[in-house]
Amino acid sequence: MVMRSLISRREQETTFHPVVLVLVPVFALLFQVYLPHIFPRIELLDLPLLVVIYFAIMLRGPIEGTLTGMIIGLVQDAQTSHPIGVNGMAKSIIGYAAASIGVRIDVENSITRLLLTAAFSVANSVLIYLIERRLLGFDMQWLWLHEFARMIANAVVGVGFFWVLDRLRRR
Amino acid sequence: MESFFSRYKNVLVLAAVLVVQLIALATQIHRPTAMSVADTRSDGHHVRAARYAMTRIIVPFEEMLTSMGHGTRNTWRNYIYLRGVRKQNAELQAEVDRLRLQQMSLLADARQGQRLQQLLGFQQQYIYKTLVAQVIGTSGSDQSRVIYIDKGSSDGLRPDMAVVTPDGIVGKVRDVFPHVSQVLEMNDQTAGAGVILETTRIRGILRGNAAGQPQVIDLLPDDRIKTGERVLTSGGDQVYPRGLPVGDVESVGPDKQHPPYIAITVKPAANLAQLEEVLVITETNDAAGTPTDAAGDAEVLRAADAASQALPSITTPDNGSTTASGANAAPAIAPQVRPVPALHVDRFTPGATPPADELQPGDTKPITPKVAAPQPAGNKPDGKQEQN
Repeated sequence: MVMRSLISRREQETTFHPVVLVLVPVFALLFQVYLPHIFPRIELLDLPLLVVIYFAIMLRGPIEGTLTGMIIGLVQDAQTSHPIGVNGMAKSIIGYAAASIGVRIDVENSITRLLLTAAFSVANSVLIYLIERRLLGFDMQWLWLHEFARMIANAVVGVGFFWVLDRLRRR
Repeated sequence: MESFFSRYKNVLVLAAVLVVQLIALATQIHRPTAMSVADTRSDGHHVRAARYAMTRIIVPFEEMLTSMGHGTRNTWRNYIYLRGVRKQNAELQAEVDRLRLQQMSLLADARQGQRLQQLLGFQQQYIYKTLVAQVIGTSGSDQSRVIYIDKGSSDGLRPDMAVVTPDGIVGKVRDVFPHVSQVLEMNDQTAGAGVILETTRIRGILRGNAAGQPQVIDLLPDDRIKTGERVLTSGGDQVYPRGLPVGDVESVGPDKQHPPYIAITVKPAANLAQLEEVLVITETNDAAGTPTDAAGDAEVLRAADAASQALPSITTPDNGSTTASGANAAPAIAPQVRPVPALHVDRFTPGATPPADELQPGDTKPITPKVAAPQPAGNKPDGKQEQN
């Protein structure tokens, strides 16, 4: 039963036009660096993370998810003052985990997507914190309220964002 | 073996990706130096090249979006939304007239203040040249408070130049590319600035916390620090000129991560959240008025005069006469303090101890004092009369 469910999900594998696969991350990265200039609160959102989660769970390939996460993360790192690789490592793990989970559960459901995005948002923050604090020895702080707000923002926007991206896929 | 790789290829790819990035991270980390106020984390050649390549790709889009945004906003403001502009114009004209008068008065005061400061030898940095730059983008992450400006090395920018607005400091130039620069804002967790509290004169280091609020850290509890006190740059970091506004003290509380220190949260004077244009201080001058020049010497002399008037009078010991300097005769000079001659000479009397080469180990022979006979108070051994 479980195997049949797995097989049926694998068969439902979603595909995207290559242009979509390139342009969506590029626009997400562009808006991520530009929009906070106009609306500072948008910095809470992590559009590239949402793109990583979406493509990973929809493409259902851990390797694809890992590489997508790595590339997007590294591009994000290049725009920050942090060492290059912090976001790359965090988003590689998120991409791998999202793709692995996408095979096992129904990712078409909005509630599932909401919970998944919330969980991955927190996981991404925890990973970045651990890498910077424990691995690199930077004196970083963790703010629970701030991270909670980020989780809610990413989860709520993620559901709408995924709905828009659903229009771009081909079955 | 083949089945192992095919079975675990997903995990192996993840592990490989993580290891490669881990090695890349390890090559970028430097040990912070004790001299640096903040760890600036200067990038290596390859990392800088990667950042530059990414900037080359992203910045044109950012500039395009910025110009589109400005165009739309200008069209709206300049051609459509003109309500109350005539009245506002009249008010502004009146304000300009008033400010012109005020400026003339302040200019005279400023020139006088600069002359006096130079004369007194205060080391003061004056901002000589600034460059206006437009903010075109951000890092896109609230964990890295970085903005991008549209001026670079071709405009004369260099790393560690201070970036300010008329309201207060913004940050410092971190990475410079030919036409774009990355500015590390003062509220970043990796930033650092030397600051001083205006009234209490307590110095500290400013850096950002995780929420993006600037904090003065590593201070011991002090009841004098009150909310609302102004925070200025101290000039000690060699980046920000001294005396620029940083912000106001918003709250004072214990530093939970570093007890028993306190952390002062500062409300920035500049609106860091929405920066449009900034000024980069491209040239400053160390107007260190050392008291070696003529003006300095004159000032030292005047200071000596002032001190002589404030202190009790002193006499020159050789002739006993009061000194006169030009027309202004110096006040009476206080008597030179000398120990009163001992009535009974003992081994503690000055000059009673023989030289070390005459002493023998274990010699308990009483020491013969070699001092002159005590003289009456007021008479010096050389026969000169001490003047009271």
